[in-house]
Amino acid sequence: MTPLTPVITAHWDVPDYFTLEGYKRHDGYRALPKALAMDPDSIIAQVKDTGLRGRGGAGFPTGLKWSFVPQNDGKPHYLVVNADESEPGACKDVPIMMANPHALLEGVIISSYAIRAHHTFIYIRGEVPQAIRRVASAVREAEQAGLIGDNIQGSGYNLRVTVHSGAGAYICGEETALLDSLEGRRGQPRLKPPFPATHGLYADPTVVNNVETIANIPWIVNNGVEWFRQFGTEKSPGFKVFAVSGHVNRPGIYEAPLGITMRELLDYAGGVRGGDGTVKFWIPGGSSVPMLTADHLDTPLTYEAMAEAGTMLGTGTPMVFNSTISVVKAVTRWLEFYKHESCGKCTPCREGTYWITGVLDRFEHGAGTDPDMKLLEDLCANITGRSFCALGDAAATPYPAAMKYFRDEFEAATHTPVDETYPSAASYLFTELAPR
Amino acid sequence: MNPLTEQTRASMAEIIHRYPHKRSAIMPILHLAQSVQDEITPEGIAMVAEVLDLTTAEVNAVATFYTMYKRSPVGKHHIGICTNTLCALLGGDAVYDAVSERLGAGHNQTDVDGTFWLERIECQAACTHAPVMTVDWEFMDCQTPASAVEVIDRLARGEMVVSTRGPAIRDFQATEHTLAFPDDGLAGEGGEADAIMLAGLTVANQRGMSAPPATAQGA
Repeated sequence: MTPLTPVITAHWDVPDYFTLEGYKRHDGYRALPKALAMDPDSIIAQVKDTGLRGRGGAGFPTGLKWSFVPQNDGKPHYLVVNADESEPGACKDVPIMMANPHALLEGVIISSYAIRAHHTFIYIRGEVPQAIRRVASAVREAEQAGLIGDNIQGSGYNLRVTVHSGAGAYICGEETALLDSLEGRRGQPRLKPPFPATHGLYADPTVVNNVETIANIPWIVNNGVEWFRQFGTEKSPGFKVFAVSGHVNRPGIYEAPLGITMRELLDYAGGVRGGDGTVKFWIPGGSSVPMLTADHLDTPLTYEAMAEAGTMLGTGTPMVFNSTISVVKAVTRWLEFYKHESCGKCTPCREGTYWITGVLDRFEHGAGTDPDMKLLEDLCANITGRSFCALGDAAATPYPAAMKYFRDEFEAATHTPVDETYPSAASYLFTELAPR
Repeated sequence: MNPLTEQTRASMAEIIHRYPHKRSAIMPILHLAQSVQDEITPEGIAMVAEVLDLTTAEVNAVATFYTMYKRSPVGKHHIGICTNTLCALLGGDAVYDAVSERLGAGHNQTDVDGTFWLERIECQAACTHAPVMTVDWEFMDCQTPASAVEVIDRLARGEMVVSTRGPAIRDFQATEHTLAFPDDGLAGEGGEADAIMLAGLTVANQRGMSAPPATAQGA
């Protein structure tokens, strides 16, 4: 059995851990002087050697991303922390910011120093004021303690950190849309290349990293490459803040090495809640990655094993659904989300999500047809790979994945409304009815 | 509605200083305008355009793209109920229906006296705490139809309601001000991580599990 290994979450039960004092009492800011005594390039090399992969969903190697930033080019460099966590199912960055803002900040200072950035932005979605407060307060504490600002700890290194509040747009989690948004425009993705590493914020070299990725950095600098690589696999090294939600008895944050299985996480989370006690389907990391079934509970949660199983690790925040859930209903709701969040820039995504939801709605009401199944397949195929960013591809993901495992449910929805086959109330976490 | 004042303009200038290029300040500045006027008004658009040297069309383009900016008065409290798949199917739909009935308002509508704005919100990054509700964007986790309606009733009576992971509820405009000036002295509210955020650490402690300590040959 893979053990739980709390690292980032190890001191979350300390009442004042989110303050500078609490964090420092538990080894906080010990990595910073170490890093500031190192050559920036050797920090990049160290992060590269750990094999740390981005925790925002795509899993791109972090050190490699940093190494793409041209050095000594005379241009300003920027680190932008993507704290726009909005992927359906993802709920690990907001808890990290609430419970451990100083680990994020220590990671920010070290990472900015490594890529030679002197101004860092933390772009936090606007709908989570308490997370924004915690990070902003941590920034002020760090400024007052001389951990951010001019000549940090006598190193000669200067850094400004700006906490930026978003205003409600899932698309801004896409890194180039985030940059447009941060430049004061509508959040719409850019054509790549050029990549942000050379032409990012204000067309200057920029690294965009996820909150959890950056929060890993202090432990890497403190404990080294070998320590880090004890966790996980060759291709997926390290630990992961898994957020397990849905029909489980103890939903929550579980930090474990990559490579743990869903069966093991389910055991820690107290097993399946409700229904007939089995997993009907689950999604390893956000609605943008294809669903899996009970047949995949022993597949290691690594980037490579998830890819082999036809899905992705994504954000590493599994959603579990029991036997009472209608796949048709779940997929319809996800597509309504993508329709709502499509930024409108690319026609296949903007129009495609609109048409898909219209057809799915027929199935939900028991009025789908056989040709409709083919139509949905065509619509998805015409979105995939035909839009600027991954939102389009993501929108084209839930239906084909659902058809792969649950075609019979779509067939049943050609004659019977979904609510008759799967009464909504059976899935609820409460038994009461609406108050009168 | 409160007018925008010279004080508002001065606060906008203060926000601009956080950024190397002033256009970048548009989002917190719009939050500030909304914190004064309870919505984004033509007057607000004009002032933002003026302080950022943009056209009103450029500001409107941004203000209409992001769903947190509203084009009619929100009222005293913004009520969000997550009806994305996971929350919805685990009970969020029933929570929404109960609150909608209580308020006599639908999605993006206010109740009859304009006190509460109801919105079906998308994933709030709190799926472990489903079904999720927000009041003025503060977390009200793990709701049932009855508990959500009780929150509304208490707010309607002017009673204190405390976020499950944050401060006592103030009002929508106060939260909007926080989004423009986040260091508002309330960061400590809500205290340490809750039981759900501590679920894994609790199990790890019970079973005597921990991460391996740093090795001697560490960097």
